[in-house]
Amino acid sequence: MTVEPRQSTVWNYAPAPEATDHLRLRDRYGLFIDGAFREPAEGRHEPTINPATEEPIAEIAWAGPADVARALEVARSAQPRWAALPDRERGKYLFRIARLIQERARELAVCETLDGGKPLRESRDVDVPLAAAHFFHYAGWADKLRYGVAAREVAPLGVVAQIVPWNFPLLMAAWKLAPALACGNTAILKPAETTPLTALLLAEICQEAELPPGVVAILPGDGQVGATLVRSPGLDKVAFTGSTAVGRDIQGALAGRGVELTLELGGKSANIVFEDAALDQAVEGIVNGIFFNQGHVCCAGSRLLVQESVMDEVIAKLWARMARLRVGDPLDKNTDVGAINSAEQLARIEALVAAGEAEGAVRRSLACDLPEHGYWFPPTLFTDVAPAHRIAVEEIFGPVVSVLSFRTQAEAIQKANNSRYGLAAGIWTDKGAKAFEVASALRAGVVWQNTYNHFDPTAAFGGYKESGFGREGGPAGLRPYLRVVRSP
Amino acid sequence: MSRRLAHVDRVGIEERAAALGARSIKTTAKQQGIRLAVSMLDLTTLEGADTAGKVRQLCAKAVCPAPTMPEIPSVAAICVYSAMVAVARAALAGTGVATASVATGFPAGQVSLEAKLRDTEDAVAAGAEEIDMVISREAFLAGDDARVMREIERIKEACGDAHLKVILETAELGSYEHVRHASMLAMEAGADFIKTSTGKASAGATPGVCLVMLEAIRDHAWRTGRIVGFKAAGGVSTSKAALHRLVLVKETLGDEWLTPERLRIGASSVLNDLLMQYAKTQDGRYGRGEDFSIE
Repeated sequence: MTVEPRQSTVWNYAPAPEATDHLRLRDRYGLFIDGAFREPAEGRHEPTINPATEEPIAEIAWAGPADVARALEVARSAQPRWAALPDRERGKYLFRIARLIQERARELAVCETLDGGKPLRESRDVDVPLAAAHFFHYAGWADKLRYGVAAREVAPLGVVAQIVPWNFPLLMAAWKLAPALACGNTAILKPAETTPLTALLLAEICQEAELPPGVVAILPGDGQVGATLVRSPGLDKVAFTGSTAVGRDIQGALAGRGVELTLELGGKSANIVFEDAALDQAVEGIVNGIFFNQGHVCCAGSRLLVQESVMDEVIAKLWARMARLRVGDPLDKNTDVGAINSAEQLARIEALVAAGEAEGAVRRSLACDLPEHGYWFPPTLFTDVAPAHRIAVEEIFGPVVSVLSFRTQAEAIQKANNSRYGLAAGIWTDKGAKAFEVASALRAGVVWQNTYNHFDPTAAFGGYKESGFGREGGPAGLRPYLRVVRSP
Repeated sequence: MSRRLAHVDRVGIEERAAALGARSIKTTAKQQGIRLAVSMLDLTTLEGADTAGKVRQLCAKAVCPAPTMPEIPSVAAICVYSAMVAVARAALAGTGVATASVATGFPAGQVSLEAKLRDTEDAVAAGAEEIDMVISREAFLAGDDARVMREIERIKEACGDAHLKVILETAELGSYEHVRHASMLAMEAGADFIKTSTGKASAGATPGVCLVMLEAIRDHAWRTGRIVGFKAAGGVSTSKAALHRLVLVKETLGDEWLTPERLRIGASSVLNDLLMQYAKTQDGRYGRGEDFSIE
């Protein structure tokens, strides 16, 4: 590998850390069951740590089997009353939650950054506003459900279990809870082991919004809690976002039980740059596609397919652009790339990067001063990658992009589809007709044209193949939480 | 031969330019940035009402913008019409502040090439060290790239040792692809600087236009090894806007471009805002307009 030195700068941005004194965190958080924070039956608490410093932030109660059972019981008994509310009234609660997220936006952004390591710029400008937007969007649907799914009469499913990952903790909670509640279900949300804090702040927001007790439960814990939850009786639906391996396990556990399931799993999404693209903007999209949230994005553009005729130019521009990335303190408002979410994830990234080098791909990593404590990985570019290499096939879930070349449009489509995943793709070309032609040939749930990693509550999101099934967002996101009673 | 344009995506370029506007420039970085911005200013007066007296007063301001804050440097140049060059040159003798003159039928450029050359020669003869010419938008929009370049080459010859800044007047070009194309033509034809606007059009150095031109400069430097400077002019009237332009340059071309030899900001009203913001970083409160001399 070659490490290219950063040039010395003459105008350095002074540190611009976001203040944290406005954040009112408790030292200990209980489980949110029946509208209140409660001690876990078995009394287990675990610290949640700041991955940028490895310092503990708060003690978090982890749910045991008894707690899961209790939450399910409460959710079951609360569900009929929640579903029986006039649709507009349910919508009002969601509007209230959305507004409270906006009111506490600064606090939520800082909390998300502290707990997960993502740059404040992203939690402030992406995660929190989008979370509010999802609640607003589904609040609007609450009294129009049957129009969203083109039915004469619809009914909620009942009690849903929702398990969300650590990469967008608050946003994924919003993606899950907003449509479930709008449709009249009650929900039990399990946040990720390493990032429970914003979900617990969301629990406080549910209290402030005077959401009826039992409509939302939040049960932090590790994978064991999730496994217990999905195996519990009395569930009508499970919605899971996370790894393909866990998704498979959940699908096995639910088989034959009559429990609905949607899965949003891994990806190895192709970002395709054609020779007729606006190359500087394509480079920007490549950077946003793979370094956004340190590459901890299920739809990250981790397989970069570049037409051979512009390969050298794209790589030169990409490397020059990467050299401008500012890696470091996630709380600094000028940080572009923050900390890796956990030691475990860092080890996984390091292992796959080592495999890439061993298999003969050429590695270039940014030489940047990484903080002494915390989990960090420099933005990394692999060229001369063959489709057979592990780094071209497996999800790395880190700031590592693998570059492959293609010669023709047909080859680009073939290579892009040559994956067990099919979550997202990007197409960079100035020719509109070509973009549509390629998009319709790609087996991917989301295809971005001349942009990447843009999210909107009105747009459906979900996968093909091992990236899962079911859609979240927009009217399509209502369908997994409804039963059609009468068709038109 | 038909024109071939490199693609520029409007949405993408504006997003990136706006994102760089969100950089947080505080404390020491803000002070340093303001001093840099002042040192890169082409302090400009281009009015029909300009007189020798007005130009001399502006020259005094250019040399010493803020007597109470000695760490504030002189500006890079004074920019005037060619008739005022001799006055400015005399007022600035020995100060290190350069005299720049607009020329070539500024701002519209709708005069004959002979008149443009004569205008340039007059300015140089009067002592102008820098010439700000306008491209022929008429030729550019008619698709006559060869004539656009030939004019620039001829003006460059007429400049002699004077530095040539080529104004594209981007608001009249119609698209970012045209801005990029005109930038390339100007650099190929020998421009020492490329400059956004005359300041007389509806829009000037918008963040998107600046970024497109900076990327063109970078690509041209990679391809030819020749360093071309950039001048943002038109609409840069606040410190925030000036610092945003510095960020665009720093993160597109690098810190080596943060010098008056390679970067200029053409403006007049921005200077006092820079001084007010600088004073605020020192005593923590906003001053009044009257705290600084008008010119």
